[in-house]
Amino acid sequence: MKGWLVSSVVVNHEVGLHARPSVKLTKLAKGFYCNIEIAGTLTGPWFNAKSIVKVMAVKAGQGTILHLRAKGGDADAALLALSTFVSQDDDGDTSDAAGG
Amino acid sequence: MKENVGIVIVSHSPDVAKGTADMVRKMVGTAIPLAFCGGNPEGGLGTCIESIIAAINAAWSDRGVAVLVDLGGAETNSEMAVEMLPAGRRSKVVVCNAPIVEGAIMAATESWGGASLQDVKRTAEELSPR
Repeated sequence: MKGWLVSSVVVNHEVGLHARPSVKLTKLAKGFYCNIEIAGTLTGPWFNAKSIVKVMAVKAGQGTILHLRAKGGDADAALLALSTFVSQDDDGDTSDAAGG
Repeated sequence: MKENVGIVIVSHSPDVAKGTADMVRKMVGTAIPLAFCGGNPEGGLGTCIESIIAAINAAWSDRGVAVLVDLGGAETNSEMAVEMLPAGRRSKVVVCNAPIVEGAIMAATESWGGASLQDVKRTAEELSPR
């Protein structure tokens, strides 16, 4: 775990980290330069949080603990943003008119 | 603004094409070029090369365009549509070997992040049965 900042959060989304929240988490992760990985257990396997296919495959359900780790220049900010997102119980408006 | 790879959805059914595009817009957003077509000119199930070409041009991006298809004819007609594009555009369009709905969401998410055409295609195809 050398160099990684780690954060563990309870998934509060009503349906867990399913399709729509997975897309949002991936988009959020892509906004940071650091390496970001997620896992269902601290011992791994760890998956690239910027890969939508990997994030969806984790299938973290509501109430489960999701582990996040980040390494690199903006790792602090990335972990904060992602943990906040995962611990929300609502992914809010999914429109993205301002995104991109 | 950074240009993103365009996504085109080609289904035998106009409803499936439109519904898939709706999912992409609602889940990934409207920041990426997106177009869809489905059905034959008579309004039945099928695909139409002219409509596919129009959709590719509508979603055009200099970064390239990834086409998601459903069954047989959608794939062969999409490949023919690519062949009929001007030479300069032909090499920037790929037909993905991926499930249409899931592939479109994956491809769009990857495109949103600014990925190359090859990375968009590879991500969509990560879902394909081996």
